[in-house]
Amino acid sequence: MEVEYGKVAPKNKNMNRITRSILYSQKIAPYIFVLPFVILFVLLYGYPFIQAFIMSFQQILPGQVQFIGLANYERLLVDSRFYKALANSAQYTFWTLVLLIPLPMLFAVWLNSKLMYLKDIFRAAIFIPALTSVIVAGVIFRLMFGETEQSFANQILGVIGVGPVEWRFGAGTGMFLMVILAFWRWMGVNTLYFLAGLQNIPKDLYEAAEIDGAGAIQKFRYVTLPHLKPITIYVTTISIIAGFRMFEESFVYWQTNSPGDIGLTVALYIYEQGIQTNNMGYGAAVGNVLLFIILITSLIYLWFIGAFKRED
Amino acid sequence: MNLQAKQKLVSAILIFFFIVLAIFAIFPLLLITLSSFKPSTELMRHGLNLSFSLDNMSFKNYVYIFTDGQVYLRWYLNSMIITGLVIVLSLFFSSLVGYAMAIYNFAGRYVLFVLVLFSLMIPFEILMLPLYRLMVSLQLINTYFGIMLPMIVSPVAVFFFRQFALGLPKELLDSARIDGCTEYGIFFRIMAPLMLPAYAAMAILTGLFSWNNFLWPLIVIRSNDLFTLPVGLATLLTPYGNNYDLLISGSVLSIIPIIILFFIFQRYFVSGLAAGSIKG
Repeated sequence: MEVEYGKVAPKNKNMNRITRSILYSQKIAPYIFVLPFVILFVLLYGYPFIQAFIMSFQQILPGQVQFIGLANYERLLVDSRFYKALANSAQYTFWTLVLLIPLPMLFAVWLNSKLMYLKDIFRAAIFIPALTSVIVAGVIFRLMFGETEQSFANQILGVIGVGPVEWRFGAGTGMFLMVILAFWRWMGVNTLYFLAGLQNIPKDLYEAAEIDGAGAIQKFRYVTLPHLKPITIYVTTISIIAGFRMFEESFVYWQTNSPGDIGLTVALYIYEQGIQTNNMGYGAAVGNVLLFIILITSLIYLWFIGAFKRED
Repeated sequence: MNLQAKQKLVSAILIFFFIVLAIFAIFPLLLITLSSFKPSTELMRHGLNLSFSLDNMSFKNYVYIFTDGQVYLRWYLNSMIITGLVIVLSLFFSSLVGYAMAIYNFAGRYVLFVLVLFSLMIPFEILMLPLYRLMVSLQLINTYFGIMLPMIVSPVAVFFFRQFALGLPKELLDSARIDGCTEYGIFFRIMAPLMLPAYAAMAILTGLFSWNNFLWPLIVIRSNDLFTLPVGLATLLTPYGNNYDLLISGSVLSIIPIIILFFIFQRYFVSGLAAGSIKG
């Protein structure tokens, strides 16, 4: 106690010895460290999280909130636009998984190879797209895939005698636009994840495999692939979650009105219902479906990595 | 073919492949940068393409930003202020919590840790409607504070600081206490400086996230002069395409600070990324 007093000169006589010793004790200090965060955390995570659940049972009009039971969910069950959004999100997620897991894995293996040079430069180059905002990236892609004959994509197609294509107005090409944008932005990041996973594989495993006469493909199949399993499961999980949350990739091409709802996603539907048409209770119900999808995905992930196994 | 020749061939193929991939990555950024010197009428008619002629290239679009398109400078300023404040506040709060979780054995530590981990799984999209209502009732709609507030609380950063603080030398705590340093003094004078690499990594990632964040600012901002860069640029994407001068040069200018930061702080980008996903 005296030591504390000696260090912190008691200029302020009003602050008595007891308050000071409490505030400065080792027992209380950690609570003071976490207090500001906990307040913000409760206000900005805890409260909205519970509210999101409650709101889905309400009809919310300006200045008037009414409890309507399961009506929002009943409406959801027969809402064809909701199913359209769900289908689009699922399709988008599927394509990002097909492209953004196996290819970055191969990129990482090749980039990690002894025979590869200038690794740092190539790693940096393919990571750079991740630095751009989806909006700016979307602006670029939207203008590259413009409708006119002179836009970049149609110029290229013109060389082989195809087109011009009205990219933003067809369901297939619309999905392509969203997926190519995601692929461009995330290939470098996922490659980095796999590179990190590769660093953890002991080198002597490869040497042992070589002594046993394994070729490149066998080494990949029996050494690399099993060791990359945890990181693969992780990347797959966050990709599924990110896929179902997708908003900006669609917004930047069509704002909120895509022709025939070809760009309508679950997150976009929440925005449209909750913010644009002020249908907050219904938007919250859609949000809870999204939460449900994400919880299931996360649980499967935790199960896969063995989080539910008893270790002792 | 002997082994060496074979290896050379494989090397050549790999390098060729990655050159193609690097072009795919960099090309769109180069294309928009070059195109930003074209007349806006041409951009409006043809979008981005490969036809360039030196005759009509000029700095006109950039001059426009600094003369008639002054609202863009305001967006830039908004983004800078918001990103700066978000970095400072978010790092301050989350480093305190992460540190306390790693160093002290206080009641509720485990519960808090589990809650933080759990919150990593909650998508922002389901919080946004209640948060919007909250901001309306707190009268924070269309204010800097309203835009920043949800970005200040970062579970990823808390988690990152906790992991980093677990590796801090605990002996320093005891010796500092014997020397009469208070718990707060220990944090600010001894431990926080030791966590500088963690601060750097998180500053970069938080900055990137805040600079590029779109959905929340889109919801909270009402007036043109409070737009952040992504929201402002998105409003220029009208079906009539009458703002291409600002859109193209503005997009280029918005990427430049991040690209510069990337080349200076590359390793912090990578270590921050390893801590958790910045996806979303």
